[in-house]
Amino acid sequence: MKRYYQPEIETMPLEQLRELQSQRLVAQVKHVYENVEFYRKRMDEAGVKPEDIHGIEDLHKLPFIEKDDLRDQYPYGLLAVPLSDCVRIQSTSGTTGRRVVAFYTQHDIDLWDECCARAIVAAGGTKDDVCQVCYGYGLFTGGPGLNGGSHKVGCLTLPMSSGNTDRQLMFMEDLEATILCCTPSYASYLGENVVERGLKDKIKLKAGIFGAEAWTEEMRRDIENKLGIKAYDIYGLTEISGPGVSFECEEQTGMHVNEDHFIAEIINPKTGEVLPEGEKGELVFTSITKEAFPLMRYRTRDICVLSRKKCSCGRTHVKMSKPMGRSDDMLIVKGVNVFPSQIEMVLLKNGLTSNYQIIVDREKYSDTLEVRVEMTPEFFTDTLTDLAQKEKDVVAQLKSVLGIYADVKIVEPKSIVRSEGKAVRVIDRRNLYQG
Amino acid sequence: MTIKQISIFAENRPGGVLNVVQALAGVSVDIRALNVADTKDYGIIRMIVSDAEKAEKVLAENGGVFIVNDVIGVRIPDAPGGLSAVLSLLAKKGVNVEYLYAFINTSGSNACVVLRVNDNEYAQKVLVDAGMSLLTDDDIKKL
Repeated sequence: MKRYYQPEIETMPLEQLRELQSQRLVAQVKHVYENVEFYRKRMDEAGVKPEDIHGIEDLHKLPFIEKDDLRDQYPYGLLAVPLSDCVRIQSTSGTTGRRVVAFYTQHDIDLWDECCARAIVAAGGTKDDVCQVCYGYGLFTGGPGLNGGSHKVGCLTLPMSSGNTDRQLMFMEDLEATILCCTPSYASYLGENVVERGLKDKIKLKAGIFGAEAWTEEMRRDIENKLGIKAYDIYGLTEISGPGVSFECEEQTGMHVNEDHFIAEIINPKTGEVLPEGEKGELVFTSITKEAFPLMRYRTRDICVLSRKKCSCGRTHVKMSKPMGRSDDMLIVKGVNVFPSQIEMVLLKNGLTSNYQIIVDREKYSDTLEVRVEMTPEFFTDTLTDLAQKEKDVVAQLKSVLGIYADVKIVEPKSIVRSEGKAVRVIDRRNLYQG
Repeated sequence: MTIKQISIFAENRPGGVLNVVQALAGVSVDIRALNVADTKDYGIIRMIVSDAEKAEKVLAENGGVFIVNDVIGVRIPDAPGGLSAVLSLLAKKGVNVEYLYAFINTSGSNACVVLRVNDNEYAQKVLVDAGMSLLTDDDIKKL
């Protein structure tokens, strides 16, 4: 049995798909040019008019949009419809503490949900399944996205959100969950608990859809063994919609981009030049169907490869590899975007220095974040109570800015390793990126 | 009347304190009193030295983080009950002691206690009014 949610779209012949993309792109360019001053200005500066875009072959003429632009246009600068037409926001952290807010009309939510439904069906989901969603709910797109997809498929949805492992396992067993949606690190953690508590024969899971952070093939096999499931990768970003921008099929050799909604390009991150299929570079997305917050040629900063090699699942949509790295300094820790600049801002505000180091590690499949920073006379005091309080304040501010806990360790001046005079900012010990 | 205390930040690792005392020895600064407060990750080395200015200079050259602040030094009889007289007085007057440490003056029969309190002015007044003898920086130099 073939597993498609929308077979006519997912297996659409390539020529027809390109034609559909072209039509939608032309309409979308017109929509943003007419309704968003930012795009109008950018396109005018680049000397491109909506009439110059006849189809996807002209996409490269459009200027890029970057995360900094999103920050600068916060909150309404990129809104392409009246606010009264919007029904939801989702949000993710920006580069300097200011958040990125994405708006959705009901149409935008529906297409996002559809994308997630495709991922669930590709993982074997049907209306008879019980789908346990333990991504965070709220501003983070993980929970709402998979929740919406699960509804579309008609699964019984368990909107668990993240955390409370005892309750997760209780519902997993008692309500016989068959599909698990969460971050891969949480899936590993659940897997470990399932094994330790002897639940493996009692649970009914068959598949898992895991995304929002990088994970290795080794981790996949480990999760699959511990939970007795097949584990599928899913990719997405709030700026473009959320999870479900692309998803894995049973072949598990890359994620099909939902090309009827999002056009993917690979560019040279230094020159911006579009690279041919199969070459490694930065992934760029254009939303061609979103109404409220359509991003045109958004630079994701994820480094990956696109492939049009025929897939055994029958889908015609292009496949992207797992991200192999970043072209900026963003880290993904516990599924959350972390920029060194956000951390630096908090440190400087508290009288500490820009001589700091961020150490990311993974203990028992869960990410840890440590910030080592050199002591300064401004921060230092002679009493332990004051010093402990100041440290606590820094930890609390980091938690508030980043959304996750960071362990702060204050070290002696000049003790952080420098390379060519500059402190080595990030040490990522997780070795997540392969190839 | 207060005395200068130097507090130095030191990570918890072999040689953390050594580096500091070596620097002071190098310029013939004598440590009159020393106290180390430690946490899991770091310590604060607090000291009263024979020449605070000289010590500051060499510590700055040494590249470490330190601060200098005023603390109260009180002479107490080097006998049982000497310290409790001071502390009961401060407690009675509502002075909160953040930390304290003591040292013995080998040339006399006095001990000295170094007090870090929440309100230096008020604590000094309380002590002087009760007839206690406070140390000055000059006294420290001459010890």
